[in-house]
Amino acid sequence: MDAAAMTKYVPRQPMIRHLLVAVLAGVVLWYLTTQLSTYNVYQVGEIASYVVVLGGLSLLTGANGQISLGHGAFMAVGAYTLGLLMTHTGTNFILELAAAAGVAAAAGVVIGLPATRLKGPYLAGMTLLFALAVPSIADKWPATFGGDQGLTVSAPTAPGSLGQEEWLTWIQILGALIVLVLLANLLWSRYGRAFRAVRDDEIAASLAGIHVARTRVLAFAISAACAGLGGALLALSTGVVNTGAFPLTLSIQLLAAMVLGGTGTLFGMVWGGILLVYMPQWSTSLSTDFNLGNGASAYLATIIFGVVLIVAMLAAPNGIQGGLRWLWAHRPRPGRGDHEVPAPIPVSVSD
Amino acid sequence: MLEIRELSVSFGAVQALRSVSFDAEAGAITAVLGANGAGKTTLLRTISGLVKPVSGTVSFDGGPLVGRTVESIARLGVAHVPEGRGVIEELTVEENLRLATLWCLKRNERQAAIEEILEMFPRLRSFRRSHASTLSGGERQMLSLGRALISKPRLLLLDEPSLGLAPLITAQLMAMLHEQTDGKDITVVLVEQNARSALSVSQHAVILNLGEVVVSDSAAKVSADDALRHHYLGF
Amino acid sequence: MTLFLDYTLNGLANGMIYAALALALVLIFRATRIINFAQGAAGMLTTFIAFSLISRGWGYWWAFVAVLLIGFAIGAATQLVLIRPLAGKSELNPVIVTIGLLVVFEGLAGAIYGNASRGFPAAFSQRGLRFGNTTVAFSHFDVFILVAVLVMMTAMLVLFRFTALGLRMRASAFSQEIARLLGVRVGLLFTLGWGLAGIAGSLAGLLVAPTSAFGPYYMNLILVYGFTAAVIGGLESPVGALVGGLITGLCISYVGGYLGSGLEPLGALALLMVALMARPEGIFARPPARRV
Repeated sequence: MDAAAMTKYVPRQPMIRHLLVAVLAGVVLWYLTTQLSTYNVYQVGEIASYVVVLGGLSLLTGANGQISLGHGAFMAVGAYTLGLLMTHTGTNFILELAAAAGVAAAAGVVIGLPATRLKGPYLAGMTLLFALAVPSIADKWPATFGGDQGLTVSAPTAPGSLGQEEWLTWIQILGALIVLVLLANLLWSRYGRAFRAVRDDEIAASLAGIHVARTRVLAFAISAACAGLGGALLALSTGVVNTGAFPLTLSIQLLAAMVLGGTGTLFGMVWGGILLVYMPQWSTSLSTDFNLGNGASAYLATIIFGVVLIVAMLAAPNGIQGGLRWLWAHRPRPGRGDHEVPAPIPVSVSD
Repeated sequence: MLEIRELSVSFGAVQALRSVSFDAEAGAITAVLGANGAGKTTLLRTISGLVKPVSGTVSFDGGPLVGRTVESIARLGVAHVPEGRGVIEELTVEENLRLATLWCLKRNERQAAIEEILEMFPRLRSFRRSHASTLSGGERQMLSLGRALISKPRLLLLDEPSLGLAPLITAQLMAMLHEQTDGKDITVVLVEQNARSALSVSQHAVILNLGEVVVSDSAAKVSADDALRHHYLGF
Repeated sequence: MTLFLDYTLNGLANGMIYAALALALVLIFRATRIINFAQGAAGMLTTFIAFSLISRGWGYWWAFVAVLLIGFAIGAATQLVLIRPLAGKSELNPVIVTIGLLVVFEGLAGAIYGNASRGFPAAFSQRGLRFGNTTVAFSHFDVFILVAVLVMMTAMLVLFRFTALGLRMRASAFSQEIARLLGVRVGLLFTLGWGLAGIAGSLAGLLVAPTSAFGPYYMNLILVYGFTAAVIGGLESPVGALVGGLITGLCISYVGGYLGSGLEPLGALALLMVALMARPEGIFARPPARRV
């Protein structure tokens, strides 16, 4: 049967639809991980963790219009929470992951409250300061936070005959799928509408009965929780937490990855995650092609990120996902002749 | 003299002006009337360059305006008093006036020009060092009109100057407008919803409806035509 | 007691530097309503250029002036090439572009000059001033900082308040559309505003370099401290930037002195958050009317 007839099998309820998509993605990923080398499987896990972080960031900036240059710091908060809990307690790693998200959410509230007074660039400035301030805490008390070497994170052992690498990757993938489904459902719900209403017109939103400050703090807390969870997941897979992993450039790269993937979208964050994981590799190989020294190659990745970010904002602010959507909307259709393309039904969370 | 030919403006799918054509003569006031959403403000904004038309031409004294930047159109002697007065609230009254003189007057001429305007609008004198945000609606209208006149414009575009003003103030304003432009070589386009007061000072009237010109005739004739007035102007 | 005096003088001297950067941010904000996040990094880059020039035998003051001019050029070019095309779209776009530029500048400096910290020569002696038998924690160089920033601030004040150019710039910042209708070449003024801010940023970079670990990232903290100073002062007035800078400088000095070094960024963050909760529009700003 043709595509039109098949659409009647897609469930109407967005929540169920999201779940089905996630399950489908999970099946595809399962197949993928059995086919890839161990190192590539590790990278898939890395991408999944970044997708968790980027999903929250996309909600904050795309749906709620608040810009954050400090999400690297929220990742650090989550990662260090996990590290500390693992070092000092022996609880289940799932509880520890949840705690990491919770503590990060609390940090999100702390930053989110004064953030309600700020717009756009002011907010970016404050979160920038936050990104610089948080690592200094860990540096100040090396005894608690492990100093330069940081804290070790002992990953839970894989059950049964599953490889350790596959197990860790699957924890990250499941985390990403669950978070994406939750975020998608959230953005379709009245909370999502509140986020977007506040983004588009605060005064109109408050006249409509939406508590503007509360909504903005909620968005911050949720996105911080995602970042904290992502940071903790990454710590789980790398096995260590130290301040070297959370420089200012990380926060900026997260922003760049979100923009390039497609601000406001959730699926676009997969592109963003891929960029984050593969960009350093590509630029390293690029610099070996050009015979640049070791020092220069480290900086080349940064320069490329910056340049790509600038070019994207000037030429393609909707990122990859936005570009794909545009292509889909303008695809040639049979029997339509030269009529105007009908406006696509908004599926982006930023609509 | 202002010549508008086949001017069409669209905002996305909405067509605000459709092939609008009319002339506004020098030394006369041309009223542009019509209901809300008829396209009157869009028309003025297109003339002054804030909006780019899809097609059509706007010429003033033989020179085309379409395609020029807003500032270069202003420097041709086109003064646009926008909807809502457009006073810059964070500047003082005197600064608002001075701003308009910067491109056309030399340093030693500016103060004299400001004093002349303050002479014309004595009420503004007491506010000269106050921020424009402290002015009432009527005072703001005086300021924006004064600011438009200080540069001795050749084309004056007024967008609903009577909006929000008490009838007495409106009458004074129209009288002032007539006084300042009568006998001078200035082309005035007066957009108004208050058709009655606009017709009382205008020589020519253009009525827009849904972006199209439906009437272009002398003001006297339009005032006299009851059917026309009832249908388009509501009185 | 002497400790308190030391911290205070130290805070005032540093505060002047934050004020310089705050001035750059205020200048751009007043002119174009945008915050240039690359301002600190641009100052860093121009200071590296000064370093190169001095290493090649240029006199300090020649390098100083040259680099201020280069700062102007970088600022103006940034506005012309990157910011102008974004006019009229979302207000987040210029923010993100300047962040991208920050990263590019840092990467360039790192790639060209490497990561190692260097020493940067100071224009004047960095020994404390002597009053009779006592040496104060305020050096000749600190006096230079004070004078340089005050001169710059006064110049900006005079520019904005008393000149036709300043009037045009203020009008363009407050209401672009009206200014254009009055014949003001708004685009040109925006470019000029960014250029002037570039000078201020370069100055800040030159003033900080001798007293810090001079590497590609050394201006990051200065940028955020300058931002804090600008926000406290209200982002509208040069005087506000100065007062905000002094407050920030003092606060950071006391935090670093009494609570331990390394906690300064936290102190600045706390200061910023308190300032925002208490008086979000800053000390010197008039609260803006909300347009419904």
